[in-house]
Amino acid sequence: MSFLSRLRRFPFWGWFWFILGVLYFVLPLYATVAFSLSWDPADPFKAYERSFGDGRFWDSFLLSNTLALTTIFASIALVVPTAYWIRLKLPQARRIVEFLTLMPFVVPAIILVFGMIRIYSQPFTIPFTDIVFMQPLTQFKAGTNIMIVAGYMVLSMPYMYRSVDTGMRTVDIRTLTEAAQSLGASWFTIITHIILPNIRSALLSGALLTFAIVVGEVVLASFLGVQAFGPYLFLLGQHRAYEPAALSFVSFLLTWVAMGLIQLVTGGQEQTVGAH
Amino acid sequence: MARVSPTNGFKPSASWKVWLGVVPFFLFAILFLLLPSFRLLTASFSTPEGAFTLDNIRQLFTEPLIVNSYRLSIQISAVTALGGGIFGFLLAYSVTVGGLPKQLRSVLITFSGVASNFAGVPLAFAFVATLGRQGFITAVLKNIFNLDVYASGFNLYSFAGLSLVYMYFQFPLMVLIMAPALDGLKKEWREAAENLGANTTQYWLKVAMPVLLPSILGSMILLFGNAFGAYATAYALTGGRIGLVTIQIGAQIRGDVLYNPGLGYAMAVGMVFIMAVSLTGYSLLQAKTERWLK
Repeated sequence: MSFLSRLRRFPFWGWFWFILGVLYFVLPLYATVAFSLSWDPADPFKAYERSFGDGRFWDSFLLSNTLALTTIFASIALVVPTAYWIRLKLPQARRIVEFLTLMPFVVPAIILVFGMIRIYSQPFTIPFTDIVFMQPLTQFKAGTNIMIVAGYMVLSMPYMYRSVDTGMRTVDIRTLTEAAQSLGASWFTIITHIILPNIRSALLSGALLTFAIVVGEVVLASFLGVQAFGPYLFLLGQHRAYEPAALSFVSFLLTWVAMGLIQLVTGGQEQTVGAH
Repeated sequence: MARVSPTNGFKPSASWKVWLGVVPFFLFAILFLLLPSFRLLTASFSTPEGAFTLDNIRQLFTEPLIVNSYRLSIQISAVTALGGGIFGFLLAYSVTVGGLPKQLRSVLITFSGVASNFAGVPLAFAFVATLGRQGFITAVLKNIFNLDVYASGFNLYSFAGLSLVYMYFQFPLMVLIMAPALDGLKKEWREAAENLGANTTQYWLKVAMPVLLPSILGSMILLFGNAFGAYATAYALTGGRIGLVTIQIGAQIRGDVLYNPGLGYAMAVGMVFIMAVSLTGYSLLQAKTERWLK
């Protein structure tokens, strides 16, 4: 009887769906790792050694990391003052700014890059004259880099803006600003010395999401002709078998580390809120 | 940043000067988001020579290649949104109110966070290693169960295979959205229903489902949009052989298939339109659910 009632209470369907889900998650990863290790039974890490030994891997990987960091800093520089200003002085602009930050969900990356290429592959001329004000951005390296970083900023905007805005909700920026102003602080000092440190966990979670989006991104990089990690992995996949599996697993681990850190950071934030 | 004197301080001021503070953001949005989008919109209504035309839009509905690519994209998005939605809901159910140990929940949520972002090239390779012709599961099924999935008609590089791959980022997204909604189901509702003599089925059909349904449908719409905009996964897996809208637009940018740029612009606008409709549906349904689940 007691066994039967225990059996009745056993959440069979809960476990069933959970295990099915875990299998779905884990099997492709397991298969990837197993495949990457199966190249040479005498040297299971051959695929990893080959991948990491390739200079183009490091070039593209470093480039993607540099682009990710640039994107993160540029996004913070753009989003934090804007979110701050809206909370403090311009609540009437909140709806339109929120709408704009959600637009990237409506405009997929492929459309965004399509539009950017069409616009910025023509030279800027001063209106009504033939004077060329600036060469097309697609024609020189710095211009392409500006475009790709801007594109990444757009793609990460929904996540970055939301993290920052949520972070600001938990601190009383109005009082902090008043206090800083009465001590004679400038706007720049207020933002860099008061606001940024107070929302650092929100910033970190936005930054890590941005990082996860940018490293491994393919569409913008390949259409703008930037030799980033995503296109490199794609090309490698067309010519090789084992190295791409190894690098796929590595990039999955990277995403995992980033997400784990977010969990850690945001979990910690909730705790401090609860402790107050 | 505009400097506003402390005296007129912290009230929202109607002065135009306050708007200077958001100029950098709007400038950025105009340059890299609105202008590229509107360029596509205007160009889809013009001939290569710049005259106004409705031809491109008309071709969107008549050109078989285009119509088929839309149909295919919509089909795969709908199938994976439905499949991922149902499975993701069941999975979210199992770790929230399904009676599983609490620790499993954070494990699943973390994993979902990763997997929902795990798209593109690595995902395609992972599935080739799993279900490709030489894949791990393919081999297991063949050697142990004596079942040759490729002989029985399955192909990873087909519609069914691509749907299976898309599900890998679809259902974790559903888990992420549905877990908080399921948390919102109040214990009191279940107790009240049981006090009134309802069994589990009745509780789910009459109480929980009506509350959750808008949220479930809304999330599925979001999943639809998520799959509809995907490009890299399909391209890496099939090398562009499956003619999704995104693949067709990609071919248009590379300039090796279509010769009419106006048509490419029109396709892009059509995509943005479908995404906008689905996102609007999502937010409407989400707002409806929030009344109950606070």
